[in-house]
Amino acid sequence: MEFSEHIKTANVEDVVLRRPFHPPMQGTLCVTGHHLLFSNRDGDSSRLVLLLLRNIDAIEKSVENLLGYSSLFSSTGQSQRPSVSSGTITLKCKDLCVLQLDIPGMEECLNIARSIEYLSSLDIVSDMYPFFYRPLKLSLQDQWGLSSPEQNYAQMEELQDRWRLSHVNKDYSVCPSYPPAVIVPHSIDDETLVKVAKFRQGGRFPVLCYYHRKNGMVIMRSSQPLTGANRKRCREDELLLQAVIDGSGLGYIIDTRSNQQAQQARMTGGGFESKSSYSCWKRLHRQLERGKVLQESLIKLVEACGDHSHSVDRWLSKLENSKWLSHVHTALATAGLLAECVERDGHSVLVHGSEGTDATLLVSSLAQLILDPNTRTLDGFLGLLEREWLLAGHPFQHRCAHSAYSHARLRLEAPVFVLLLDCVWQLARQFPLAMGFSEPLLLRLAREVYASDYGTFLCNSDQERCAAGVKERTHCLFQFLLKPSEREHYSNPLYEPTELAIWPSIQPQSLQLWRGLFLRWTQHAVHLEKAQEELRNLVIECRGAS
Amino acid sequence: MMEHIRTPKVENVRLIDRTAPRKAMVGTLYLSATHTIFVENNPETRRETWVLHSMVASVERPPTTPSGSHLVVHTKNFQVVQLLIPQERDAMDVQASLARLSRPEKYSELYCLSINPNANKEEREESWSFLDLQADYRRMGVPNNLWVSTPANSEYRVCDTYPSELFVPKSATPPVIVGSSKFRSRGRLPVLTYFHQDTLAAICRCSQPLSGFSARSQEDEQMLEAIMKSNPGSDYIYVVDTRPKLNAMANRAAGKGYENEDHYANIKLQFIGIENIHVMRNSQQKISDVGELKTPSMGDFLWGLESSGWLKHIKAVLDAGVFIAKAVAEEGISVVVHCSDGWDRTAQACSVASVLLEPYYRTMKGLMLLIERDWVSFGHKFSHRYNHLEGDPKEVSPVIDQFLECVWQLSEQFPCAFEFNERFLVQLHRHVYSCQYGNFLGNSQKERRDMGLRERTHSLWPQLWKDRAQYANPLYRADHTQTQGILRPNTTPYCFK
Repeated sequence: MEFSEHIKTANVEDVVLRRPFHPPMQGTLCVTGHHLLFSNRDGDSSRLVLLLLRNIDAIEKSVENLLGYSSLFSSTGQSQRPSVSSGTITLKCKDLCVLQLDIPGMEECLNIARSIEYLSSLDIVSDMYPFFYRPLKLSLQDQWGLSSPEQNYAQMEELQDRWRLSHVNKDYSVCPSYPPAVIVPHSIDDETLVKVAKFRQGGRFPVLCYYHRKNGMVIMRSSQPLTGANRKRCREDELLLQAVIDGSGLGYIIDTRSNQQAQQARMTGGGFESKSSYSCWKRLHRQLERGKVLQESLIKLVEACGDHSHSVDRWLSKLENSKWLSHVHTALATAGLLAECVERDGHSVLVHGSEGTDATLLVSSLAQLILDPNTRTLDGFLGLLEREWLLAGHPFQHRCAHSAYSHARLRLEAPVFVLLLDCVWQLARQFPLAMGFSEPLLLRLAREVYASDYGTFLCNSDQERCAAGVKERTHCLFQFLLKPSEREHYSNPLYEPTELAIWPSIQPQSLQLWRGLFLRWTQHAVHLEKAQEELRNLVIECRGAS
Repeated sequence: MMEHIRTPKVENVRLIDRTAPRKAMVGTLYLSATHTIFVENNPETRRETWVLHSMVASVERPPTTPSGSHLVVHTKNFQVVQLLIPQERDAMDVQASLARLSRPEKYSELYCLSINPNANKEEREESWSFLDLQADYRRMGVPNNLWVSTPANSEYRVCDTYPSELFVPKSATPPVIVGSSKFRSRGRLPVLTYFHQDTLAAICRCSQPLSGFSARSQEDEQMLEAIMKSNPGSDYIYVVDTRPKLNAMANRAAGKGYENEDHYANIKLQFIGIENIHVMRNSQQKISDVGELKTPSMGDFLWGLESSGWLKHIKAVLDAGVFIAKAVAEEGISVVVHCSDGWDRTAQACSVASVLLEPYYRTMKGLMLLIERDWVSFGHKFSHRYNHLEGDPKEVSPVIDQFLECVWQLSEQFPCAFEFNERFLVQLHRHVYSCQYGNFLGNSQKERRDMGLRERTHSLWPQLWKDRAQYANPLYRADHTQTQGILRPNTTPYCFK
């Protein structure tokens, strides 16, 4: 595609840029296919501000052109530019930053606004910037992704006598949102899996996502069974789940919907595992919000954080009203319940909601962080995200099309991944030594998931990514974050590995607003960042001394 | 005190963990003259739990259950100790004993006065010379050619709740000092509390004027004029009334009130709106109730936090400090601060301003000096506010709690700016209530002198100083940019937690 046809005005001089933490800056604004480029030459030093258009969530424009009109109709108007007309564009970004551009010339302003509007919401994957990003330090030949299902399976020798790696989905035909290889009970053959997939929404049959070394219990995840109104059964599905417990007594199913929601789902062909058909499984319902409710919660929260005028009472009532912290609370509480079933009570657990691509992944990955020290290292955490979110088919492109400022009608957006990062931040705050990665990593991920130079979060599934050539034609964010130059910044200087499970407190007073993210662009954040820096220096100094 | 102990020892008591009610330690409960002590039976751990009687806020006894009688002990520093005692009789005895032991009727019953003062005579005497308030005034450059020491209050003649040594403008004559004090509630005339050497602006404090609807005092007007003159180059001062304007107006009916701007040349009056001690007491009660909800949802918690109003009040105190600090450091204008009596809200506003203005007060020793000056020496009524003796419950209010929380909020915003950590503040808070040391007994310098506290008790400060390693903030560095100069906190609501 030719971007230039959407760029009527490419360059404007004497634009004033206003942004947090910096005094207003005058310079030249330039629009390219993927960026806004603002440069200012002040004597010898020149400064450059580069903004990825994809990062822009909402654009507001206002023009003042009263005198401009009159000169248009005056005799000399045709040749003279209406010098007094000007416009202001406010850019609200997906990383929650708000910028303002004062642009001389109404027409230029409107042209630029139009270009931004169009170019910031491209929806053809191959037009997106990661396909054009070619930094000198990285090569497209570098490994893409951290590991494959095959490697993961090979590493876990202790599970291999009861579990096998199935390639039944190698051409994505059984389940389009699953990776080509998944781990299933040894005794269940591929033919059975195909039948089970037909009984589960989107073909997401139960697969293993975590093996607890201490007691051999596992966490499985899937989508809802398609029992429907007349309580259909599937022999193979029951067999598969039976094979999971394998005589060890009882298993738990954590359904991320309320009992009522699960009942209602039957009307639309979905459903749940009934007691009579799955006698060895006990269902627990925990309602996690998803979709629109979650997106609206984020919008309300960001709105509250951006309003500096109100009193303490109004702030607290808006914070409560947004319900964001309630969602954090429920997610952590459910993950804690799941981890407790596995570690303390010694049962295997199956998690699902309806589609099994959102709340299910949230709960299963948080539980793994609680239980498994390997997922708490920098490498381990990125590996977890790769397995449980990218390969497991969280539809990133749909969920992160817009963030909290957008005026566009909500479609499939939902900040499930941001909610995960927030919950991880809460864990890291409660266990400051237990995580190998730092807050800056979480902040970086929260930004990259919405707008990125890298291809990692493009598309909705592994299948789509392969089809679009993401792995051949873009760079991998995770590989980049693990480079020696970046690694240090994203590591936790206080990290001291612990083999123990980390049980978060879910008392409301233990949960806090994630200031680093939601108040990122206030002065407040600057002091805290300095403290982080000081802490890092201190630890380095101590290490040097000892 | 021993005569109040009905049962010195109860066996087979369970200490219940509130977060996991099924887990409990079995052990023996002892009542001593000073502490309640629980010793676990388990011979391997023998965990001990000590609660000082003076820290006990309340002891409740819910209805007896088949397994025995519960006792719920709330402490003044928000601990909750839950005990299960097999025999109802014993539980009643313990409750009655504790009720009496935790509410001493005379100072002599307090812990710090129950020890032999001459056991460590030298150490005791030395402990009281650890802090030198006069040296701190000298550090700020006082006295100088603008501010001088006055003997007017020696033997507490003009004001019995003030310290004996006061600093006043050089141009204030003895008749002005005495006249001004007569026109102020309880004689608390305007005197210096902080002097900012960079701008020569000062913070002065006092109580409300006895202005009623129309009364005036020439001497008091001259006093404020003198304060302005002691700041060369300025042509007005701020008078900060830390009360809500309505409250200040209501006081006029009782012959008190606030300065009439028509009578005082060159003052700018500013109301801040910190609520009174009764509102604060209720607010704290509400917020600690929120903390005790059994299984609150996020919504319950935030709603409770909001309806307690606690953070709103903290913000008001901080805003008062910010206003004063800005006036002094940025505008170079002196400020006179008062509320009603000038010993609660005024102490809060002045000390928060000092913390913002002066890096020294963000060190351990500096904060001790600040508390010693703005709170102890200027007659903050510690024994009334913190219920040291059985007394009027309407006098009790968490005034210094709020100051300590303001410092904590600041340290959260500026993590590198304070030499001490949260534990230091928690420890200070504890000792305001504990009466283990003599520092915070009584309600004024005069009362403490009359009780002979220096001869009979130890001072807290050197003890804290000795343990300073555990109170140090590792991120503090004297040369860090956050450490230098004045702090400009953000008081947008979302900054409070």
